[in-house]
Amino acid sequence: MEKHLVVDTKGLACPMPIVKAKKALDGLQSGQVMEVLSTDKGSVNDFQAWVKQTNHELVKHEEEQGVYKFYVRKS
Amino acid sequence: MEQKKKTTIVLFSGDYDKAMAAFIIANGAAAYDHEVTIFSTFWGLNTFRKEQAVSTNKGLLEKMFGWMMPRGANKLGLSRMQMLGMGPKMIKHVIKKHNALTLPQLMELSQEMGVKLVACTMTMDLLGLQKEELIDGMELGGVAAYLGDAAEGNVNLFI
Repeated sequence: MEKHLVVDTKGLACPMPIVKAKKALDGLQSGQVMEVLSTDKGSVNDFQAWVKQTNHELVKHEEEQGVYKFYVRKS
Repeated sequence: MEQKKKTTIVLFSGDYDKAMAAFIIANGAAAYDHEVTIFSTFWGLNTFRKEQAVSTNKGLLEKMFGWMMPRGANKLGLSRMQMLGMGPKMIKHVIKKHNALTLPQLMELSQEMGVKLVACTMTMDLLGLQKEELIDGMELGGVAAYLGDAAEGNVNLFI
């Protein structure tokens, strides 16, 4: 999967991961994928809900040593 | 294109913690691509006061209100554990420790995110606050302005 952008929100607290992701997504073209990194434990629920409501696609998400990675494709 | 969803928040409280909750929700809703409006009334108006004194022409009673109320977001007290001013200092300390945003930072972010800020004119009169004393970029409105947005709102909160 080709990613066009990595948004690093590690260490940042709510609401920054979502806010930064939203700002980054605004700069993407439809179909492009960004990777968001977060250490916020609430971010799995946050990102699933956010992507659903904003009609984008959560291609996949994974966790590695406390860092959550979200791959979001812009609709 | 489908119409944007709307979130409206009435900020009545002048407590630091409650205002933080309001602005976190506002920023989150803006990230959801909602049109977001925060209507501030009564003690909530103090959140938007400029930190520095603004010279205005008003009566003694209004001036006294001005002296007694906190001037700006950073001066607000907590709804719990105020402890003669120790509480806010402790909260600001843990905010920094956990890399969260302070209330002034959340407010700055909200303006960047395009959140509309509206001050209630009737309560501005009651508390003796004038437009020049509030931060730049605030609109003025009344209950009709609020209801106009809230009637189409998907999320409406009173804090």
